[in-house]
Amino acid sequence: MHRTSVRDRNEIDTQTLEINFGPQHPSTHGVFRMHVVLDGETIVSLKPVFGYLHRNHEQIAENITYLASMPYTDRLDYLNAMTNNFGYALAVEKLASIEVPERAQYLRVIMAELTRLVNHMALIGFLLNDLGAFFTPVLYAFREREKILDLFEEISGSRMMCNYFRFGGVKRDVSDGQLAEIQKLVEAFPRFLDEFEALLAKNEILCMRCQNVGVLSPALAVNASLTGPVLRASGVSYDLRKVDRYSLYDRFDFRIPLGAKGDTYDRYYVRVLEMHESVKILRQALRGLPAGDTMNKKMLPFLKAPRNFKPPVGDAYGRIESPKGELGYYVVSDGSPQPWRYHVRAPSLINVTVLEDLCVGHKIADAIIILGSIDIVLGEVDR
Amino acid sequence: MIFGSGIFKGLAVTLKNLVNSYFRKPEDGGLFTVEYPERRIAVKEAYRNFPFLVYDGTQAEPRCTACDICAKECPPKCITVVREFDKDAKPLKKPAVFDIDVSVCMNCGLCEEVCPFDAIYMDHDYEVASPDRQQKLLFHKEDLLKPAEYLRKIRPVDAAAIEKRRREAEEKKKAAAQAAAAKKNTP
Repeated sequence: MHRTSVRDRNEIDTQTLEINFGPQHPSTHGVFRMHVVLDGETIVSLKPVFGYLHRNHEQIAENITYLASMPYTDRLDYLNAMTNNFGYALAVEKLASIEVPERAQYLRVIMAELTRLVNHMALIGFLLNDLGAFFTPVLYAFREREKILDLFEEISGSRMMCNYFRFGGVKRDVSDGQLAEIQKLVEAFPRFLDEFEALLAKNEILCMRCQNVGVLSPALAVNASLTGPVLRASGVSYDLRKVDRYSLYDRFDFRIPLGAKGDTYDRYYVRVLEMHESVKILRQALRGLPAGDTMNKKMLPFLKAPRNFKPPVGDAYGRIESPKGELGYYVVSDGSPQPWRYHVRAPSLINVTVLEDLCVGHKIADAIIILGSIDIVLGEVDR
Repeated sequence: MIFGSGIFKGLAVTLKNLVNSYFRKPEDGGLFTVEYPERRIAVKEAYRNFPFLVYDGTQAEPRCTACDICAKECPPKCITVVREFDKDAKPLKKPAVFDIDVSVCMNCGLCEEVCPFDAIYMDHDYEVASPDRQQKLLFHKEDLLKPAEYLRKIRPVDAAAIEKRRREAEEKKKAAAQAAAAKKNTP
């Protein structure tokens, strides 16, 4: 029991209640603990506690070859293995100045955008689950997600732990039949989004629960160095696909959806709009996909012998716009087959730091949907 | 707009989905759930689960030469290889012990990629659950060895490409040996 007393409206002395929300709670999206002080049902203070899923990712990467870290990056944000691979491949390619053939670049963009669809669908589904729309939206979303995961399995060998990217290209080529499947999926996707919109967007319960809840001001978002849809929902136009123009993103025509208020509803709706933009990018990428190699010829010997791959002494920071925000990998090489230092800038970890500012003053039930709308994956927070 | 109309619109969507699930085909919005133990989805060729070892003739002569490369490159270090020696303590080109701890293996497929002898490949067998974590999930050489036909059966396209490459390499080796022999015979 928290000993500080609070005077309520009727001037009766009441006590605040201290509870541990999690770590084994289905609404915390993993093993995450919120240390909450409540006055009645209103949150007085909230401290996120994490580290339960710490797996020593960075230290392990410093003791194995560069390529051997690739499957480990899959397990950071386990919903988006492809984009995790993407960031790491980009960092090491920068470090060793490796060029990537155009077809591989296109395939990378296609995989990254499909991953964005997977992530946003899972997020919206589970956010609605937290709201109490029990399993209807999440199952509609998972029906579509399943089609994409089946494609990932056909192309990379695994549904979620793809391990598809290699330094200087991708692991295996995509056949024409698989491309036709992707095309079919992309063409059918807007219909699903429209259905989702009819199901949810105007729903009065959703609007009442989400609008004006957990408002994040643009100033706080920038000061806390948030990135991704959480930042853009507050109206700050910052997307690494436009800012950095890494890989081939300068070739595609797409827009950055922004929110007006920065409340939970905006964070939900920005992601719906982002899915529309992803479909646009996918259409252009599928149209422009050239024939050719999927691996840089110079890097082929290192696939057979990762131990011989020794990037020159130096450091590099590769960053991408992952579905959750800026995912960066900092790699320092001392000329040996193992990185001397390896660091991950995880968007989930940095985005969750504003949780207290968003939650204080709201009810305990709102804390759950605010946490859901921030979109964290504990595999990435704790690493 | 009347308050509550959004909810009814949403309910219309769920009703449509309910009706479609009975009267449409799976790819068109119908029921597409497969009830697992009775029915199964065909495994995709690229799918990878745990590694297995390939032998050509009998189990006594596996392709594996105990070179230890897979064990060194394995990210979670789940492979243990010990070379076999004959009576005179001469090292043989085959493993005496080849253990894979599948409770540690993370199905990344790097062992398959780095193997220079086409000896280790990723399996499609996904029903390996066991109540005993200590013994049953440590796969020994005998459990891992599977014939080359098995690889051909589970991954026909990949196996064809691998066999073509192996044949070409063998022919090249034979031609080189013949050339060397011819050189030796004509001093």
